[in-house]
Amino acid sequence: MNFPLIASHLGLFVEGILTTLRLVGASLLIGLIVAIPCAIMRTSRNPLINGPIWLFTYIFRGTPLLIQLYLIYYGLAQFPQIRNGPLWPFLSEAWWCALLAFTLNTAAYTAEIIRGGILTMPRGEIEAAKACGMSMLLRYRRIILPSAFRRALPAYGNEVIFMLHASAVASTVTLIDILGAARKFNGMFNTYEGFLVAAPIYFVLTFTLVGGFRLVERRWLRHLNLRSS
Amino acid sequence: MSLHGYGPHLLSGAWLTVELGLLSLLVAALIGMFSALAKLSSITLLRFAAQFYTTLIRGIPDLVLMLIIFYGGQIALNQASEALGWGYININPFIAGVLTLGFIYGAYMTETFRGAIMAVPRGQMEAAFSIGMSQKLAFRRILFPQMMRHALPGFGNNWLVMIKATSLVSIIGLEDVVRIGDMAGKSLHQPFDFFLAVALVFLALTTVSVILLRWAEAHYGLEA
Repeated sequence: MNFPLIASHLGLFVEGILTTLRLVGASLLIGLIVAIPCAIMRTSRNPLINGPIWLFTYIFRGTPLLIQLYLIYYGLAQFPQIRNGPLWPFLSEAWWCALLAFTLNTAAYTAEIIRGGILTMPRGEIEAAKACGMSMLLRYRRIILPSAFRRALPAYGNEVIFMLHASAVASTVTLIDILGAARKFNGMFNTYEGFLVAAPIYFVLTFTLVGGFRLVERRWLRHLNLRSS
Repeated sequence: MSLHGYGPHLLSGAWLTVELGLLSLLVAALIGMFSALAKLSSITLLRFAAQFYTTLIRGIPDLVLMLIIFYGGQIALNQASEALGWGYININPFIAGVLTLGFIYGAYMTETFRGAIMAVPRGQMEAAFSIGMSQKLAFRRILFPQMMRHALPGFGNNWLVMIKATSLVSIIGLEDVVRIGDMAGKSLHQPFDFFLAVALVFLALTTVSVILLRWAEAHYGLEA
């Protein structure tokens, strides 16, 4: 490997890391905020409330993220109403399209993960909260959601890693994320060594996240592994 | 939404996606099984090699691995064939795609199969050996049928992730449903319609898969 050449273009890869982290971080945060009401609606027995959310998660979990991104970035430009519409300054930019696609995708997966946490809630805890006279809002805020989040934590950790890895498709819509930086480097010097720089960067980020989630789980799920620790 | 006669073309791309997915699944299952047995083996070197493989693959995005294996493999092959005086060899992108996807998802299958093997009670294998079964026979008649029931849910999840990941082969130049939809959409200036059709193809594939997996779990799963 040509290390001096790579070292002289370190800035490109740093830019890539920052783009990936910003994109993944922002979509995870917004996705989580969207996912919470979706998860609650998804547990409703009223089909008018849970039906639309079911359809949303079914579509976004059943198709590849790459296609979702292409539909938004390349697809929406087909319609003159959108090209002349108020949102065009955003929808013509790869960054906002990627953010939108990633956010919707992770919101769909996260909603199902949190729903799983809500459904496995012990009935007695909800009954106890009702018996104390808690309103529905208070029940969700104080009892159901904190408990559901804890149980959802391992699955959510996987979703975060999945999102980091899936974010590499951003490079296909001209964004200079980590893989985008590698591809730009390869194009400049007619090599493929950029990929060999990108891979260890993703590797380190992945296992930093894995370690981080292990720490959080050890703290928040302490009541579950008294014997093993 | 009109596909202007590109429908059959899209379907042939969809068929390629299905072929690619199923062959990759086969490769991934074989690699996963051997690697799971290696992880549980008493030979340190095998355990170490399998651990290295699964850790490395699961730490790097599938798209990055695919590009490394595809371009890196091509360059390595060129250098090797040049040294041997064979001239230029072009990798068949379909075979490269199958091997790459199989190699990547083999790492995920390893974890699924490892857990499933460990879920089969130790006494089963001990009993098999005690009545004189060979290693191979005990694996085929005792371990395999029992572990697959435990492996089914994880196996199904891996398949659902992998069939969607096949869309990435369009980036390395395979004429799958994504690439055909992309080209048709560009030439007719209807990118949305064609990507929507591609999305529906994937939705159909995942829906059929989920139904089949649910059936398989009802018949062969732990609750059956």
